Amino acid sequence: MTAALSIERLEVVFDRFRALKGVDLEVREGESYGLVGESGSGKSTLLKAITGLAPVAGGAITVNGKTLGKTRDKAFYRDVQMVFQDPYGSLHPRQTVDRLLQEPLAIHGIAHGEKRIERALDEVGLGNGFRFRYAHQLSGGQRQRVAIARALILEPSILLLDEPTSALDASVQAEVLNLLEEVRRRRKLTFLMVSHDLAIITHMCERLMVMQNGEAVETLTASQLIGHRVSEDYTRNLLRASEGFVRTA
Amino acid sequence: MTASDAGSLSRREWLLSERPASRMQARLGRAYVAWRRFTANRLAVVGLLIILGLVVVAALAGMLAPYSPTVGDLKNARLLAPSAAHWFGTDDLGRDIYSRIVYGSRWTLYVVILVAIIAAPIGLLVGTVAGYAGGWTDAILMRITDIFLAFPKLVLALAFVAALGPGIENAVLAIAITSWPPYARIARAETLTVRNSDYIKAVQLMGASPFRIVLRHIMPLCISSLIIRVTLDMAGIILTAAGLGFLGLGAQPPLPEWGAMIASGRRFILDQWWVAGAPGAAILIVSLGFNLLGDGLRDALDPRSGDQ
Amino acid sequence: MSGNPDKQTKGALLEVDDLRVTFPTRTGLVQAVRGVSFSLGRERLGIVGESGSGKSQTGRAIMGLTSPQAQVSAKKLSFDGIDLLSAPPRERRALRGNRIAMILQDPKYSLDPVMTIGRQIVETLRTHEKVSKAEARERALEMLRAVQIRDPARVFDLHPHEVSGGMGQRAMIAMMLIAGPELMIADEPTSALDVTVQLDVLNILDKLVAERGMGLIFISHDLRLVSSFCDRVVVMYAGKVVEQLKASELRDARHPYTRGLLNCMPRIGFERHPLPVLDRKPEWAA
Repeated sequence: MTAALSIERLEVVFDRFRALKGVDLEVREGESYGLVGESGSGKSTLLKAITGLAPVAGGAITVNGKTLGKTRDKAFYRDVQMVFQDPYGSLHPRQTVDRLLQEPLAIHGIAHGEKRIERALDEVGLGNGFRFRYAHQLSGGQRQRVAIARALILEPSILLLDEPTSALDASVQAEVLNLLEEVRRRRKLTFLMVSHDLAIITHMCERLMVMQNGEAVETLTASQLIGHRVSEDYTRNLLRASEGFVRTA
Repeated sequence: MTASDAGSLSRREWLLSERPASRMQARLGRAYVAWRRFTANRLAVVGLLIILGLVVVAALAGMLAPYSPTVGDLKNARLLAPSAAHWFGTDDLGRDIYSRIVYGSRWTLYVVILVAIIAAPIGLLVGTVAGYAGGWTDAILMRITDIFLAFPKLVLALAFVAALGPGIENAVLAIAITSWPPYARIARAETLTVRNSDYIKAVQLMGASPFRIVLRHIMPLCISSLIIRVTLDMAGIILTAAGLGFLGLGAQPPLPEWGAMIASGRRFILDQWWVAGAPGAAILIVSLGFNLLGDGLRDALDPRSGDQ
Repeated sequence: MSGNPDKQTKGALLEVDDLRVTFPTRTGLVQAVRGVSFSLGRERLGIVGESGSGKSQTGRAIMGLTSPQAQVSAKKLSFDGIDLLSAPPRERRALRGNRIAMILQDPKYSLDPVMTIGRQIVETLRTHEKVSKAEARERALEMLRAVQIRDPARVFDLHPHEVSGGMGQRAMIAMMLIAGPELMIADEPTSALDVTVQLDVLNILDKLVAERGMGLIFISHDLRLVSSFCDRVVVMYAGKVVEQLKASELRDARHPYTRGLLNCMPRIGFERHPLPVLDRKPEWAA
C-alpha cells in the first residue's frame, strides 16, 4: 500500500491564529479516511490547506509521491478535487449545469466534452434532462450531485469531501452518501472526508482522525470506534453525544 | 381561444420550462423571465418606448426633418413662433428648430453610446481586478479611482476639454474619463461579495487562472448592476454633454447639439422661449426615459432578486 | 389558567385545529401548512419534518410571526382559552414574550448586536413586568446562572458577538425565560451548535421545562434527537401531519415516511451499504 496523501507537521496560520498545530496524516491509496471534530477543530482547514486555499505556514504535503510547493499547478487539480459543504453556494448562480461542467474541461483543454458531460451527469444519476438548468432550478440534493459531477469530470484520484451532506435533509443525505460510495467503488477513488457526525464517518470511512483545536486527538479505525475502543475522553464524549439526548434526572 | 392562442401558450411554456433541452432554450427562458419582470413595471415600458423612439428618430432623421438642420432662411424666417410650417418655430439664424432637434438626437445618442462603451468597460475592468487581486493592486487602483471621484464631474470634464480643446469628440472623451470611477466602485464591491464564495473557490480548484476567473466568472455577475447604473447615469451624461455644449466647450456650431441649442437660445428666453425651450424639453424627455428604463432594468436584472 | 371555566382546557395549553398558512407567489397561492391539528399540554412536543414540510411555519403561525403577506387560518388556534386569531394585535404582542416565547436556530440573528446581553435580558423583563432596575439586574443574573453560565456577571456585560454559539444560545434561552412563559416554541434551537454543546443546551431546556411546568414545542429536522428528548412527536410532510405518536413508540411508527426517515440515517454499529433511501409516494402529500 502506498500513500495517496501524506501530511507531516502541517501548520496553518491565519493572521496570528494557529488553525492547525502540526498535524500528521497518512491516507493510503484507495482508502476512505475521515476527519471528525467540532467547529474550530481545524478539520476543514486541513482540506483547504491541501487544495491551496489556506495559508500553509510549515510542514509538508505529499500527493501521490509528489511534495507540493507553495502553489498548485494544473496537474495537481487533475489529481485532487473537492466537494463543498453548501450546495447552495458552490454552484455559480448565472451558469447552467452544462456550463459548470464544461469549465473544467475547457481549463484543461480536454476534448470530447459533450460525451464527458453526458457521462458525468449519468454517473451522478441526473441524466440529460438537467443539463441546461440553472442552479436555482435544482433542489439541494440535485445541486450536490452536480457538484460531485463537476469534481469527477477531471477524473481525479483523490476526492476531498467537506461535510458534503450536512446541509441536506436526512433522506437526501442517504442518497448522496450512497452515490459517493458507488463512485468511489467504481473509480477506485481515495476519499478524505470531513464531518462532525460520527455516524456518517463510520458509515463512509475505514479509518478516521478525531481533531480538536487544530490538533489530532487520536487516530482510529472505524471498527475501533464502533466497538467503543477509544482511548481519549474527548472521543468518548463525542460518541456519547452522537447517541442522542439522555435524560439525567 | 384560437389556434394562435394555443400556440403562444405552448411557446410560453417552452420558455418557462424547468427542463430546457438546449443551451439556447435555457438562455431564452432566462431572458423571458427577465422581460416579464421588466414589463410588469409600466413606467419602465414607457422609458423603453422613449429610448426606442429616440433611436428611431435618430435613424430616420433625414426623412423626418423637413428642413436642413444647419442652413436657415436668414431673410424670412428668423425667430418665428411655432406654426404649421415650423412646428417648434425657428431660431435666430432662421433654422427650423424641429429639424435641428431631430438631427440633434443623433448627437445625443452618439455621446451616450460612446461614453457607455468607453466608461463602463474601464470601470468594470478596474473594479473587478482590484476586488479580486486585493492587496497592493487594489490599493493603487482604488486610490486612482478616489482621485477621480474627488473632483466634481463637470469641473473635471471642463478641465479635460480645456486641455484637449473644444469639440464633441473631446467632450465625449472628457465625460467618459470622469464617469468610470463610480462603475469601478460598484464592480469592486460586487467582486468582494463573490470572491470568497464557494463557487469561485470551486473554479480556482479546477486550476483556472485569475484572468479566466475574473473574465468568465466574476464579470458576468457584475454586469447587471453595472448596466442598471449606466442606464441611470445616462440622464446625467446627457446633461453633462449639454452643459459642456452650453458653455461652448462641447459641440461647435453649427452642429445641432441640444445643449448648444439651449445656450444659443438663452439670449431670447423671455421673448422667444421656444428657441431654448424645445431642446430643453427634448433633453428632459430623453433623460426621463433613461431613468425609467434604468429603474425597470433594476427590477428585471437585480442579481439579488434574480435567483428566486 | 385555573380561572378558565372552559371545559376543553383540561390540560390543553394550546389547541390547534386545521391550521393553514398560505403564501401568495408569482405563480399563485402556495400552502405551506395545510390543515395541521394537534393539542399540547404541559409537555414536550416535537414537530419533525424535512425542509419544506411546514414545521417552521407552523411554529411561526402559533407565535404570530408569519410574514404579513401570508394568510393564516384555522378552525381553532387557542392558547389557554384565548383565541389567537381573533385576538387584537396588542393582546397578541402582550402574550408574545410574556406567556409564549420562541427560540430560533441562530442566536446571532435573534440577539441585538449592539446591546449587551445583560441589558437585553433586563429590557425584556421590564417590558413585561414593573420591576426596579436593580431587581431586574438581579433576576437577569439569576436567569443566566439558571442556564448554566458559570460567570454570569461577566457575560452580563458582553455583546452577543463576544460569546460562543453555545453561550449565545443559552443567553437567548435566558432572555426568553425571564418573563416566565408558559409555552416555549423552539425552532431548531441546537442545530447550529456542536454536538457536545447541543446536549448541554438540551439539558438546560429539559430541566427548565420540568421545573416550571412549561409546554414546549420543539421543531427539528432530527427525528432521532427529537424522539430522545420529547414526550410526543408530530411528523410533518408537505404541510400536513402524517403521523402523531409517543416518542417511546417511534420504533413502531406506522407511516412509511416516518419509518423511511428513521431508516435512512447512518447509525454507529449498523452496517448498511447502501443506505435505504426514502421512496416518496405522491399520496403522502395528498
